[in-house]
Amino acid sequence: MRKFGRFWWDFVVGDDWVGAAGVVVAIGATAVLVAAHVAAWWLLPLAVVLVLYVTLRRAAA
Amino acid sequence: MPGTIFHVSAVFLVLSAFLASAVEMVEALTIVLAAGIARGWRSSLAGLAAATFALAVIVAALGPALTVVPLKDLRLVVGGLLLAFGLQWLRKAILRSAGLKALHDEDALFAEELAAARGAEHVERAGLDWYGFTLAFKGVLLEGLEVAFIVLTFGSTQGSIPLAAAGAAGAVVLVAGIGIAVRAPLARVPENTMKFAVGVMLTTFGIFWSAEGAGAHWPGDDASLPGVLVFVILISAAYVALLRNRRLVTA
Repeated sequence: MRKFGRFWWDFVVGDDWVGAAGVVVAIGATAVLVAAHVAAWWLLPLAVVLVLYVTLRRAAA
Repeated sequence: MPGTIFHVSAVFLVLSAFLASAVEMVEALTIVLAAGIARGWRSSLAGLAAATFALAVIVAALGPALTVVPLKDLRLVVGGLLLAFGLQWLRKAILRSAGLKALHDEDALFAEELAAARGAEHVERAGLDWYGFTLAFKGVLLEGLEVAFIVLTFGSTQGSIPLAAAGAAGAVVLVAGIGIAVRAPLARVPENTMKFAVGVMLTTFGIFWSAEGAGAHWPGDDASLPGVLVFVILISAAYVALLRNRRLVTA
């Protein structure tokens, strides 16, 4: 069971949890903006720029 | 032009499944070759066949199940997973391109697997060398699971699992054919470039589908997909350039 959990963690989250956490937050924020009738298609591309910045900076440090 | 848009999506779908499958199969081939040379071809090929069967069962079982999930929910979950998964690939590819992570070297991996396989103890089970069988089985299954995931998620979300499976199968046939012909790890395949392309594709589809799944509408609907692709390529190239110039490295 532990190995199974580890496999899925590596599969989805990988080396840096920032990517997966950023994706969850960005999708949630998009849903909130959509619910408030705001055009929110731009949020995920912007989130990818930010998430990549943070995770690459952490890797390069 | 809905027809043209469909063709663009279909081309992306087949290309993504083909590239992802080719990359993973090159890695699986290295393991199968090492197992075959060091432990005997019978055990290695039996491991390959068993893993291929297991993967076919997984795709056959999960494929129809995914088609009954409402498309919006499917795109939200699959898009999110693909985006998280794609960002991992893209992060590694950017770090490799910037020289901050070692390039994937099939020759070195082959030598490593070969040495480990030659040094392992011989245990016979069901008439097979167990080390050779499990090495090939685990290698093909683990590499193949990523392909199965991509085929199922891309295919179901785009409404055509057979099309995605055809792209992946094409790569399997091509890599296996070349592998049988040369009987050596495919070190000359531009694997790192292909991994970069797969990371870009996964991230592109992940952005597109998870935004749609969350209820957002893209300007121009599916026609905006190439725009997202270009955006992901540009930011990836920009980060590679920044990392090469050490502008992202903490002082």
